[in-house]
Amino acid sequence: MLKKEKKTILIVDDDADYLFQLRHGVKDMGFEAISAGTQKEAEDIIQRMRPDLAILDLMMENQDTGFILCHKIKSMYPDLPIIIVSAVTAETGMLFDVTTEEEQDWVKADLFLDKGIRMDQLHKEINKLLKL
Amino acid sequence: METLNLLVVDDEPGIRSGVSRILENYTVSYPFMDEDIGFIVETAESGEEALDILKKKPMDIVLLDNKLPGIQGIDVLEYINQQNMDLVVVMITSYASLELAVKATRQGAYDFVPKPFTPKELRASIETITKQRFLQRMTQKMNVEGRQVRFQFLSVLSHELKAPINAVEGYLEMMQKKKFGDQMDDYREIIDRSLHRIQGMRNLIMDMLDFTRIESGKKKRKLEMIHLCEIAQQCIDSFQPLAIQKDVDVYLNCSEKIALQADSQEMEIILNNLVSNAIKYNKQGGRVDVNIRKENGLLMLSVEDTGIGMKPEDTKKLFEDFVRIKSEHTRHISGSGLGLSIVKKLLDLYQANIEVESTPDQGSCFTIIFKLED
Repeated sequence: MLKKEKKTILIVDDDADYLFQLRHGVKDMGFEAISAGTQKEAEDIIQRMRPDLAILDLMMENQDTGFILCHKIKSMYPDLPIIIVSAVTAETGMLFDVTTEEEQDWVKADLFLDKGIRMDQLHKEINKLLKL
Repeated sequence: METLNLLVVDDEPGIRSGVSRILENYTVSYPFMDEDIGFIVETAESGEEALDILKKKPMDIVLLDNKLPGIQGIDVLEYINQQNMDLVVVMITSYASLELAVKATRQGAYDFVPKPFTPKELRASIETITKQRFLQRMTQKMNVEGRQVRFQFLSVLSHELKAPINAVEGYLEMMQKKKFGDQMDDYREIIDRSLHRIQGMRNLIMDMLDFTRIESGKKKRKLEMIHLCEIAQQCIDSFQPLAIQKDVDVYLNCSEKIALQADSQEMEIILNNLVSNAIKYNKQGGRVDVNIRKENGLLMLSVEDTGIGMKPEDTKKLFEDFVRIKSEHTRHISGSGLGLSIVKKLLDLYQANIEVESTPDQGSCFTIIFKLED
């Protein structure tokens, strides 16, 4: 049997606790995890390597850091699946609407998820996006 | 039942009748809404016809094909944009070229529905838009009623409260699944982190209570002659543990007894916020100076630090609710984002001004100016 290399998932979040938990969760799923706590760190990483999938927090240094990163990653690697996670949901009235110049330029993420998502659900979504 | 007007613009008869059929008996419900929302569907087979309809009748949602016999979908979109029409446009397209997508998004298209679509896909897309539309309406209504601020406040608050809940929940699940084995000691770090996040949440709630009490004017005030230097000294004393932990020295520079007609609790809140910020956002070995002096009938209270400082564009945002200047330097420092807006609200009660001077990497100085009564 062919031994496949582990897929690498880039996780970007400025909440150190969430980052820690996600890193563990993703490793448990059998993936490599590479993490960044700021937009800059994430950008440095994608300059160096192409992960197989990226999970980005929406609100970091700015309310739309996730969008900006998403746009940057997609322009470098158009096929790379991106999940944007956020604790902001439509119910709170904070919308992902396209109002500012910056936001207008974003290329859509493949999936938006609420931060309260369970690890097994997340695993399913990742598998779907990676076509595993 | 509330209804939204929806216009389908497509030259394919199948799409027009399909959309009408799919949305005929479809309704969207939403926790905030008393009633469900249904749809009245109209159709147009060309861009020209669409413009005619739009001129006559207000629409809420337009499902717009780009490839049309005469003028293109993007032209209709441009018209809608020019007229500043209050509606949501969704592009239906089989050619989801990035170029078109970017162009359409720039012109205000909200979403794309790829063609062909299933009834389920269409309904999902319409549901999202309806909710967006509903919230838009609600926000407009609240703007008029001046409730917008409160709504945003609650939105951000729920975000700020959800983050620690998620973190603590995640850690508890790790413990439940015994991720680090059977030894309790191996969980010490995540227990500490959980407690830390809960403490942060408690601070946020306390700040929020202060904040809402001040805002609603329900806070009882007791104005009397107080000695600002004494209050400042008490405040500095209470922050000694934090200052030692951060290796920061705090000095009070107050040469004379300065009395002010004020509520001592309010002055404590103000000083506590400024001094704790000056310590938190400082460098190791740094210093904080609290200066109180009288000058030309004015009382100047300044809190000066040798900390990380801020960029000029950040200082402008400082006093807004829930603003925390996030950067690589501040992400390990916890805060509610309410402290300075509380300070500002309190100072408004005294008709006092607060000014900020700050240089990145050198420090910040917050100066409060009270007018002294003769």
